[in-house]
Formats: sequence, structure tokens, C-alpha cells
Amino acid sequence: MDISFVIEKFILVAIIFGISLVIAMYSTYAERKVAAFLQDRLGPDRAGPFGMLQPLADGLKMFMKEEIVPTNSNKMLFMVGPGLAMLTACIGTAVIPWGSDITIGDRVIALQVTDINVGLLYIFGVVSLGVYGVMIGGWASNNKYSLLSAIRAASQNISYEVSMGLSIIALLMVTNTMSLKEIVEQQHGWHWNVLYQPLGFLLFIICSFAETNRAPFDLPECETELIGGYHTEYSSMKLGFYLFAEYINMFVSATVMATLYFGGYNYPGMDWVLLHTGPVIGPLIGTAVLFAKIFAFIFFFMWVRWTIPRFRYDQLMHLGWKTLIPLAIANIVITGLVIAIVEKF
Amino acid sequence: MEPLTNKKKVLIQKPLTFSERIYLPALTKGLSITISHFFKKEATIRYPEVQREMSINWRGMHSLKRDENGKERCTACGLCALSCPAEAITMIAAERKPEEKDLYREEKYASVYEINMLRCIFCGLCEEACPKEAIYLDGPIVPSDYLRKDFIYGKDKLVEQPLEKK
Repeated sequence: MDISFVIEKFILVAIIFGISLVIAMYSTYAERKVAAFLQDRLGPDRAGPFGMLQPLADGLKMFMKEEIVPTNSNKMLFMVGPGLAMLTACIGTAVIPWGSDITIGDRVIALQVTDINVGLLYIFGVVSLGVYGVMIGGWASNNKYSLLSAIRAASQNISYEVSMGLSIIALLMVTNTMSLKEIVEQQHGWHWNVLYQPLGFLLFIICSFAETNRAPFDLPECETELIGGYHTEYSSMKLGFYLFAEYINMFVSATVMATLYFGGYNYPGMDWVLLHTGPVIGPLIGTAVLFAKIFAFIFFFMWVRWTIPRFRYDQLMHLGWKTLIPLAIANIVITGLVIAIVEKF
Repeated sequence: MEPLTNKKKVLIQKPLTFSERIYLPALTKGLSITISHFFKKEATIRYPEVQREMSINWRGMHSLKRDENGKERCTACGLCALSCPAEAITMIAAERKPEEKDLYREEKYASVYEINMLRCIFCGLCEEACPKEAIYLDGPIVPSDYLRKDFIYGKDKLVEQPLEKK
């Protein structure tokens, strides 16, 4: 392995890490702005032009706050919880292909940290690890509300992971590969998977809402019942990490949806653009398109949050087990039938 | 039991239809409502920079007026204090000296004129009672303060700025 390869990957990791943190940071700002606009308000506009410095001010505030560790908490786990939430949120982006290969001279640079052949499983594993941060934090707080919230989060994630996995299986039957790079390459131009798997996409996006603990499935932080939920006892930047991890999770989910179902960095007419802009600018335009899709999904997340009221817990379970899973199985069957028919004739 | 009024309304809970049960039509309807608000003009007024226009019969902080020559109109008759339902106004009258002729219009004037802004209910009765057109509630909102004593406004805060000398 030559040293330039290591440097190249290191730079890529640093950039992706930085971008996901900045996007998560400004998601908090965007959330407040979107909420305000959807409710005929202005939102934060005092810190800097249009309130652009608001996330910095919030971060600074978080760092300045007093750090409180409850006396009867499990101190070690109490510290580990937010860190774990943050860690699992951040490593998900490692297998996402951010753009087609850039060619500088005779050197080909892949805009992907690593293209493992089970990329889809990796994402799936990492996303489901995310709930451990919540569980450990809720358990270590030694608070009934936190514990209830942690239990809710765990059972919610397990329930929705089943139908998410089943919807992915239908996708795998179409793509025949688990490598995210190949999945994206197959969606060249406008052959986006959402056109072949509309029901699968619908199931996946519903499950993504549940996995990221976002409204209407934000039961783990249901204020009316559980105060703050699993982060009731947290203060200072530990709380900040939890809130931050939630936004990074949202970013990762948006990215995964854009990659799996909405063609990643592919867009109609990309061949023409690639031909006319050259091997460096062309792939970067693709990356910009990917980010436009991601932002559209993030906006959709927020839009839904300020539209739909929260589900009741039994409704959540009912939807997960009795509606989504049968639908996902039906989706698999239909996909299999269509594939068999297409292959036959 | 027999209903006492004819206002009784029987509610029948119908089972949900299929389109209601799959939830998605209602969801898209809700989403379209919220997105329509996204493009509406926001109702917020950026307060310190932009101030909301007051109504024409708005009553704010009092001001003691001067006449066209810049002399104080108030003659300390005490009608405002008498009419005040909140007993917010106190004054001490004094006699005008010959050299103060340019300052006060009449021979009697208020040497001390105080309004307790915490007592005042901004009813405007003082304004109506005044025979000399000396007091008007045409100022801004009374600003907040920390101490009770600072809410007792004297002549230094109430009297209109003197006319500019030409």
C-alpha cells in the first residue's frame, strides 16, 4: 500500500467527517428555520445575518453549561452513552459513494472511503448500533423516565428494523449486489431504484423515520410523557452529543435513501455533462447533485416533523408489526414474481 | 332518561374507510397544508428595529405640553389629580416670579408634578379633565425599570422638550 493512498483516504475521511458534522450542526438551525416558516414565523435571526451563527452560539452554550452527573447513576456508562451515540452516528458514512471516480493525470481517486462488498449490511449494522447509545444512556441515568424511554427506543428500533431489512431484501433482489458503489452505478442516469421499488422505498422511508427517532415516531423523547426521555438527566455537551447524534443519524439516513433509491450521484443527462466538464469537475457536479438530494430528504424529514402528530405507542407497534412487515413480505413476493416473469420471457 | 333539551347529538363512529386506514392520503393533505404555509408571509414583527403601528386612540406615556411660545401650559389646578382613578398624579403648585415669565404661561404653575407609572392605568381621564390642554397621553410605551422609585416620573421626564430658539 503506497503512502499517497493512505493520505488520500485520510483526507477523504477528514472531509466527510467535517461535512457530516457541519451538516448536523446546520440541521439544528435548518430545523428551527423550517419549523418557523411552516408556522408563519421567522425563526432565529439574531445571531449573525439571518441567524446563521445560531448553531455556534448553541454549541458554545452547551460547552459552558455545568456538567451534572447524577449521584446514583452508573458513572462509567453515563459517560459512555453519548460518546457511543456519536460514534455510531459518525461511522455510517464510511461506505457511502459520494461521487464517481475523479481522474487527475493517471491517478484515479474514488470518492468513497471504502467499497466493501457488504456495504449495505454494514450500514444496516451501524444504524442499528445507534440505539445502544440511547439504551446505555437511559439505563445509566438511574431515572425511571430515562429507562422507559430507553426501553421504548430499543423495542421501536427492533420492530422497525425487521421491516426495514425486508424492504432491503426486495431491493437486493433487484440489484443483485450489496456493494453500495455497484448499486449506485446500476442507477445510471434516471434508472433510479425508486422507480422499480416504490413500495420498498415507502417502507424504507417510514422505517428510517422510526430508526432515527424522528417525529412522528419520536416516542423515546416524548416530552408529554417522559420529560426529556433518555437524555433527561444529561446536561452540558453530553446532552449536546445526543442531540447532535440524532441530526447526524438523520443525515446518514437521508444519504442512504438518496444512495439506495434515488440514484446517489446519478442524474438525467449526466453523460453529456461528464463529457463537457472533464474528469474532475464532472464527478464533483454529481456529488453536488447527491447533496441536493440529501438536503431534499433532510427537508422532508423536517417537513413531516412539523406536520404529523406523534403516534401513540400501541399505534406504533401496530403499524410496525401488523402493517409494515406484511407489506414488506408482499413486496418481496411481488418483486420475485416480476423478476421470474421477466427472466422467463 | 328523557333528554331535557333538543341539543343532544348522537355521535356515530363509523369504521374507517380503506383510504382513511392507509393514512397516506391524509398525510399528503397535511403535508400540502404545511408547505402552503412555508410560502406565506410571516406574521412576526422584528420588534426593536420595526415597531408595530399604534392605533389612533393609543394612550401611552404622558407629556406635559408647552404653548406656541414654549411656555408650560400647566397651571397646577389639580383637576387631573382629582380625576385620576388610580391616584397616580401628585403636584405642588407655586407662584410664578416676574423673571420666570417666559417659562410658565399662567401666574400659577406646578413646581413638582409627578406621575407614578406603576399606578397609572392609562385611562386618559387626566387628558379629558385638563382645562388647559396641558397633558396628553401621546408618548411611547413606558419603559421597564428595576426600582419602584424610578417609575415615579417627574417634570424632567414629562415636560415636552423646549421649542428651538430661532
